[in-house]
Amino acid sequence: MIEGILVEGLVYGIMALGLFISFRILDFPDLTVEGSFPAGAAAASAIVAGLAGALAPRAPAAGGFGAAGGLGAAAAVPAGLAAAAPVLALIGGFAAGALAGLVTSLIHHRLKVPPILAGIITMTGFYSINLRILGGRPNMPLIRNNPLLGFARTWLGSGVLQDISLFIAALLAALLVAGLMDLFFHTEIGIAMGAMGDNEASVVQAGINPVSLRSLGIALANGIVGLSGALAASYQGFADVNFGAGIVASGLASVMLGELLIKSQFIGVQIFRVLAGSILFKGLMYVARSWGYLAGITPNDLRLLTALLIIGSISVSKYAGKKPKALSRPGEKRR
Amino acid sequence: MINIEALEVSFHQGGGEDRKVLNGIDLRVPKGQTVSIIGSNGAGKSTLLNAIAGTVPISSGSIVLDGRDCGKDPEWRRAAYLGRVRQNPLAGTAGEMTILDNLALAARKGPRGLRIAVNKSKAKVLAEQVSQLDMGLENRLRENVSRLSGGQRQALTLLMAVLSHPSVLLLDEHTAALDPGNAEIVGRLTRRFIAEYGLTALIVTHDMKQALEQADRVVMMHEGRILADVSGGLKERMGVADLVELFRQSRGKDYAEDRDLLG
Repeated sequence: MIEGILVEGLVYGIMALGLFISFRILDFPDLTVEGSFPAGAAAASAIVAGLAGALAPRAPAAGGFGAAGGLGAAAAVPAGLAAAAPVLALIGGFAAGALAGLVTSLIHHRLKVPPILAGIITMTGFYSINLRILGGRPNMPLIRNNPLLGFARTWLGSGVLQDISLFIAALLAALLVAGLMDLFFHTEIGIAMGAMGDNEASVVQAGINPVSLRSLGIALANGIVGLSGALAASYQGFADVNFGAGIVASGLASVMLGELLIKSQFIGVQIFRVLAGSILFKGLMYVARSWGYLAGITPNDLRLLTALLIIGSISVSKYAGKKPKALSRPGEKRR
Repeated sequence: MINIEALEVSFHQGGGEDRKVLNGIDLRVPKGQTVSIIGSNGAGKSTLLNAIAGTVPISSGSIVLDGRDCGKDPEWRRAAYLGRVRQNPLAGTAGEMTILDNLALAARKGPRGLRIAVNKSKAKVLAEQVSQLDMGLENRLRENVSRLSGGQRQALTLLMAVLSHPSVLLLDEHTAALDPGNAEIVGRLTRRFIAEYGLTALIVTHDMKQALEQADRVVMMHEGRILADVSGGLKERMGVADLVELFRQSRGKDYAEDRDLLG
């Protein structure tokens, strides 16, 4: 079961990376995540299902049903699209999440709605949007052209155990996202974004529009969350409209566990420790699920455990560490 | 160059009545001139700088910086012309970022792209710049700014304000929160940077002596208006006592109560 913990930790760790950007870098407590995560999952499943639907008429056409011109053209294009379906699904997941982020950012900036409320509004609205993406049903299978499983099977060969190839696929995805993030936060725009949550005045003074910069950051954060949602759907084999429930708390717990685990002021370390925190979080949840009954803990108690974990992490960093505000920025000063 | 005409700024207050904080300010500052702005508390000195920078919206009048009418521009757009240092040493820097990243952010104005912010040659240039402060910060480039002392941080903020060669420098009592030693150091750096970069500068201060020494011109404000404006030979001949006397004459009555505030 260790592979399960690792894969889940990595897939959901990407979500925590998105959360790290909004909560830690931008200092923007963003609950959009509860909507953008399932949005990414739904978009990925719908794209795969939609492409499969476009491909389906090919069989009867080949069988001599006398395809109309339109169908014939549709059949010609998807041949290439079929191979690209998993990639398109991931891009779609990112885009759906980023869109949700942009909506929150617009509500916040245009209507001067506080971040938390703006996120709640978006997340509430996206519940219905996600149901629409899923075709009116609460969930949708993602079996064929599955990005994660497909990659694991085709590229890593069939000689490797599925659990291990799946782990490698998830690891590659997580490392790619974390690596790109690390690179991004060393660029000019990344540095400006880092200064944003710290002291907005310094960004304004540099002649940068703080509204565009924050919007970009929120979109990026939720895009990464959406990508994680797409990968989660891929891992689970289906997308569910309720994927997002409780996800902010588990992501935050992951971020904080990472911070307890590894102290650093370097952005690269701060990014990668989120993944470590996420794996640890999934491990703790697995332990609670598997052996919790010994202490009278049922799966119903997991949310409470998550909440307590967050409270515990804040308490530890507040009383054991030197940094009083546990819900503030990265680059925390450590002696 | 700064050209301000008939500038008015009002603040809303309860009861529907607006309070005029700036009440018809006309001020022309030619390129390269340093102007001290003095006046008692509530005279509108800081509001004037905030109005120029775009931190507070103007009610009427115009602000022209370098020939561009920018009274309605958002703060970030006006920042292209402006360097700014406030009283609070924490105000101008990102404390949880390194000295190097702060410098890289301030090194130029305008939108950013995906170029790597600090490479080796850039780090070297920035290290040379920060060595001008003579505080050994060039050896601490990878440290977070929050670890600096107030004086060091304000000196760094000052450097960051001039690093991108803005045309106008706005200083709002930027040495007031520092101990005398550091205030002296930052004051000296200020004069040096203004001369070196040929900046047009507005300096708000409570220190009459400093106001006379550091500037080519002294502007005295009271209740949202400019009361007196001295420059050239007249300013050169003036001492602190003359300045206080000028203020008394311009204001007429009620002088005594403000004496301490001004001195």
